[in-house]
Amino acid sequence: MTAFLVQLRALFVSLRLTVVLLALSIILVFWATLDQVHLGVWAVQQKFFHSIVVPVKFGDLMVPVFPGGYLIGGLLLINLICAHIYRFKLSWRKLGIWLTHIGVILLLVGELVSGLVQQDYEMTLNQGETKNYAESNRLDELAIIDATDPNYDEVVAIPESMIAKGEVVQNPKLPFRVVPKAYYPNSDAQMRSQAPGAPPSMATVGVGPMVAVTPTEVSYAEDAHNLPSAFIELVGPDGSLGTWLVSTLMPGNPQTFTYANRTWKLYLRPKRMYSAYSVTLEKFTHDIFPGTDIDRNFSSKVRLNIPGGGSREVLIYMNNPLRYAGLTYYQERFANNDQTSILEVVRNPSWLVPYISCVMIALGLVIQFLIHLVGFARRRRA
Amino acid sequence: MTKYTPLVIVLVMAVYLFQGLFPSNIIDPPAVQEFGRLPVLSEGRIKPMDSVARSTLLVIQGRQRVKTQEPDGDEITPDQWILDVMFNPAKADTYQTFVVDNPDVLTLVGKTHDDLKITYRQGWKQLVATTGALSSERRRLSFNEIIPAIPQIEAQYKLAEPVAAQSRTPFQSGVVQLYGNLTRYLRIRRAVLPEGENDLLGDLLSLQDNLESGVDAVRAKEAGKPHDEAKAKQIVDEGQKFLAMSESTDLLLIPPSGSLNLNDWHNVGHALLESFGRGNINPAVLAYAGMAFAWQKGETEAFDHVVGLYTSGLQKHFGKEMGRASIETTFNRIEPFYGCMVIYGLAFALVLVSWLRWTEPAQKAAFGLVALGWVAATAGILTRMWLEGRPPVTNLYSSALFIGWGAVALCLVLEFIYRNAIGSLAAGVIGFCTLLIAHHLSLAGDTMEMMRAVLDSNFWLATHVVVVTTGYASTFLAGMLAIIYVVRGVFTRGLDRATADSLGKMVYGIVCFATLFSFVGTMLGGIWADQSWGRFWGWDPKENGALIIVIWNALILHARWGGLIRQRGLMCLAIFGNVVTSWSWFGTNMLGIGLHSYGFTEAAFWWLIAFVASQLVLIAVANMPLSRWKSFQAAG
Repeated sequence: MTAFLVQLRALFVSLRLTVVLLALSIILVFWATLDQVHLGVWAVQQKFFHSIVVPVKFGDLMVPVFPGGYLIGGLLLINLICAHIYRFKLSWRKLGIWLTHIGVILLLVGELVSGLVQQDYEMTLNQGETKNYAESNRLDELAIIDATDPNYDEVVAIPESMIAKGEVVQNPKLPFRVVPKAYYPNSDAQMRSQAPGAPPSMATVGVGPMVAVTPTEVSYAEDAHNLPSAFIELVGPDGSLGTWLVSTLMPGNPQTFTYANRTWKLYLRPKRMYSAYSVTLEKFTHDIFPGTDIDRNFSSKVRLNIPGGGSREVLIYMNNPLRYAGLTYYQERFANNDQTSILEVVRNPSWLVPYISCVMIALGLVIQFLIHLVGFARRRRA
Repeated sequence: MTKYTPLVIVLVMAVYLFQGLFPSNIIDPPAVQEFGRLPVLSEGRIKPMDSVARSTLLVIQGRQRVKTQEPDGDEITPDQWILDVMFNPAKADTYQTFVVDNPDVLTLVGKTHDDLKITYRQGWKQLVATTGALSSERRRLSFNEIIPAIPQIEAQYKLAEPVAAQSRTPFQSGVVQLYGNLTRYLRIRRAVLPEGENDLLGDLLSLQDNLESGVDAVRAKEAGKPHDEAKAKQIVDEGQKFLAMSESTDLLLIPPSGSLNLNDWHNVGHALLESFGRGNINPAVLAYAGMAFAWQKGETEAFDHVVGLYTSGLQKHFGKEMGRASIETTFNRIEPFYGCMVIYGLAFALVLVSWLRWTEPAQKAAFGLVALGWVAATAGILTRMWLEGRPPVTNLYSSALFIGWGAVALCLVLEFIYRNAIGSLAAGVIGFCTLLIAHHLSLAGDTMEMMRAVLDSNFWLATHVVVVTTGYASTFLAGMLAIIYVVRGVFTRGLDRATADSLGKMVYGIVCFATLFSFVGTMLGGIWADQSWGRFWGWDPKENGALIIVIWNALILHARWGGLIRQRGLMCLAIFGNVVTSWSWFGTNMLGIGLHSYGFTEAAFWWLIAFVASQLVLIAVANMPLSRWKSFQAAG
């Protein structure tokens, strides 16, 4: 091995690197905490933790100034693994350290995986309502629906990210191409009659020509919900069908048109995740402490309708979610004078990993410190 | 000093601690005490009237005793104060109980500093006041002094209230606070007597006689049948008055009859509205009206009688609640944590004395006092747990109590092993400081407040919160021991090799302990979050704060194992652990964001800054060359 490689190995095995990385991670976490005041927790995660480097804006330039979560975490992983390959021997006296470190490796990898694969949705249910889908509270999609058959909808959903990039979509289920002409990640709308000076609309059909839409700044605040709008042109084999304005400012109101003897609907809606079963909200309960406005408890009694599997009743409340089919339903919020319950729906296949790694680390620490303690007591007695 | 001096000191302090139990120290007449023990439902739990009085006084005027006038007015107890507020408001409105510190708020109220000048009757006091040793200005205004400005205060409140708490100017916070205090006061003042009512009892008794015929008259009127118009009008007028009463207070005084459901407790106005349906007036309301009448007229015997009757009536259904309320009242009077604070302070002083003279007896006494304080704190915390039916830590206030308790417990262990007074010293300082912090946190209101739904889980409170708080306590203790090392080493000749080494071992051991507890506590928090919100880790400020403590402790251990630091470096890092922990404990709440931001206090911000600065100074001092450390000069 060359001298350089030996030096490199020494660096990756060293405790010095561990200490430096731990110090860097403290700075990273602290900085990210402070930045949450401006960015909100979601944007902070993207900027600091789900990133290789942390960029800072100097004028118009984004300059990477600090290692991000992936870099620090990755180096820590390498450091740990190298240390175990080259430095630690497998011995009973080192059992605590081994357990702790393997637990830490598992925890880091688990967090990496869950950061990559975890998906969050919300299911908003009015009392008595049944749904077989949950909606994203961050991402939207353009839904184009063939509604010709009154009993059955054929849906093509195009993710917001493709609209944002202006990607032209051609899909075998659609007799036309979808051409995004403009996309505003956050927007505001007025009736054209109330905004006489507004520039002419790009839209030519549907409600679009009557509405003046203006782009607004994207908000990262924790409770803010951005309202994107887009202008979508549909182009058939014989030319354009027109340009529609679609916007989450008009929720739940698809615009309808007919083409090729079929009835179509299109709208921009929160991204949906469908499931094979459906959930009915039977009763939402909200208690407060008497004489106060402090929430005591809120819970949703829901019915889980499984096709071919009957149905069962489940009570979802604080600290007691429903886990079913890889999804977990949590009581999140409520609205509409306690008539509407909002459940958070999470898909996180790696949810069990932290449980396992925590047990390993805790056990490892206890063993390690007990060994120290016994040694200390023995020396004092001597 | 004789052999028995330490024992005597500890015994004297034990007596001091429980002086609240001695009959000679109870000023209130029995009926007032009995009134103080009456159970009411307020802020979601059944508590004695005494607790309502004390927590309100702490919020509105920052102390429990009431001085009716500065400087020479009477001093009255919280129970007497709440009796006056409820039953004799004209008198209570003259008591100077509203703290107004902000000069702009003072202007808003229409007062100048000249209005607040205190003139002492005794010439010598006046003289002392000019030196500043006695206050020359009062901080507290009476309700009467504020009344003329209420419309302006309300207007400013409406402007300030929408601003988020952490971005309010001092004037805005001052206005919001004053408005809140006035509201609290009025809610008690209107708990029984409606505004401007002089003779509620007489009114109710006459209503009682006319109730049936009056209700009939109203029914007849509604049905369009002939009726007695005057009687119907009386009933409608009373109904409107009762409705207004039911909306102007949140103090639920009237217990349900034949139900133990907390939702069936009502305020006086609500209970009176029910009279129309039930055909008579709730006897509990009549009892309170009777107490009001007797108290206002100063008829002590009648007051005793009514309170006695009401209490014995309650005993049947609410014996358990009354027992609990009675214990809580006694607990309030003993103020065990205040006593502990004094005892810890004394222990600290005794250790300092021991380094100059009387080494052995003073150290023994200090150890004894720390043990006494810890036992008393344990009893206090257990009593709170029993009263609340909850694990020890439920809010910021109880976390301060528990951090102090845990750190002192560890100190007792250290002192038991090493017997070099260092454990007692650290216990004295940490115990005193955490209780001081707790005292200031108690100014925010009832310290046994209800838990928000998401936190309402005894299992997780008992595991995650207790473990993570123990992690805080031990990290602080490591930092404290390091401070002792630095201060003793730099400024005195007392840090000999043996002491330095034993401190090194202590800090190392405590850091190990802290790593384990802060790690396990933080991870349990993650598991709780996974159970209730669907994510193990959400980068919430409080979670991040706890994570930083874990990483910091791990960093200290790795730096030491790697030989990157020695004894002195260990001490510096441990002192910085104080900064890290205080950030997690308080700093993260000040950001005003995240799921855990429950207890924002503005004054705390400057204290936190000052604390952090002091720790950095200590680290700088520790980094002076060893030749400037007094202890090592001596050795070298």
